[in-house]
Amino acid sequence: MNFMELIKRAKETEDFSILSQKIPYMKSLGIEVHQYGGLLITTLKADPKLTGNPWIPALHGGNIGGLLEMAAIVQLAHDQESDDLPRTINITVEYLRTGFIKDLHAKALVTKRGRRVANVQVQCWQDDPDKPVASMHGHFLMS
Amino acid sequence: MTDKALMERIVRFRTKAENQSPFGLYLGLEIIDIDKGEATLAVPYAKHLAGNSLTGVLHGGIITTSLDSACGLSVIAALGEPTTIATLDLRIDYLKPASPEETVFAYGHCYKVTKNVCFVRGIAYQKDKAKPIANATATFMITAKGTGRQVQKNAQPLPAAGGPTK
Repeated sequence: MNFMELIKRAKETEDFSILSQKIPYMKSLGIEVHQYGGLLITTLKADPKLTGNPWIPALHGGNIGGLLEMAAIVQLAHDQESDDLPRTINITVEYLRTGFIKDLHAKALVTKRGRRVANVQVQCWQDDPDKPVASMHGHFLMS
Repeated sequence: MTDKALMERIVRFRTKAENQSPFGLYLGLEIIDIDKGEATLAVPYAKHLAGNSLTGVLHGGIITTSLDSACGLSVIAALGEPTTIATLDLRIDYLKPASPEETVFAYGHCYKVTKNVCFVRGIAYQKDKAKPIANATATFMITAKGTGRQVQKNAQPLPAAGGPTK
């Protein structure tokens, strides 16, 4: 199944787990995508192996960045069906709070979609959406 | 250049069971070089961490993780002793896709230490350091109080504008 069929199927069945067929990283880290009404939420499931700082313990900052980037890619792929995944040009992550070993949820907002480049902002949180753990903005090349 | 004594001290600290980072172990992250204010890590290729199963190219998240680790470690190498730091922000520019099956190296260079904040830049590369796959700019907060000021001497300033990074 090519990527366009995959994303179509995911939207029809509202089961985004099939995306991990195309993206091994999602499965290895335990990233899930769920749809609530029109809203896409990308979640990094709590897992001790994702710990970067063993003393707190806290999630590795790279995993938080990875989730934020993934959330942006999933949102872009969801909004516009295309032959392949959008490619990341750059991301800037701001770390705001400690990410504990708990589920981490991310929500992406496409601020501008140009013909070739899309600008996306993503925020992630654990218990309270008003207390973000990190935020990201990035540029993505649309295929 | 390698600062052998510093590298030995940091590696010894990091390999103690209670100090090991579980995600570093999962990735197989390895410290391959430490100098004052500089650190290089190696991440072996793993198929299950690809961002696209067709091409087998590693997911950006893995590049982010290795650069975050290398930049953080370069701060530790600038401070000269294990302390606690937190990433404030991290910007990554993806210059070209990583080639599958090849080890990724992440290099961090802490070029300025202040009382509370450390400034870092880094690159990720594969076979050739002159052809990076990603560029990083990061700032870190020193969370343990009173560490920064004494260790300013260890940070390696940037070369004059326009000069090579070495």
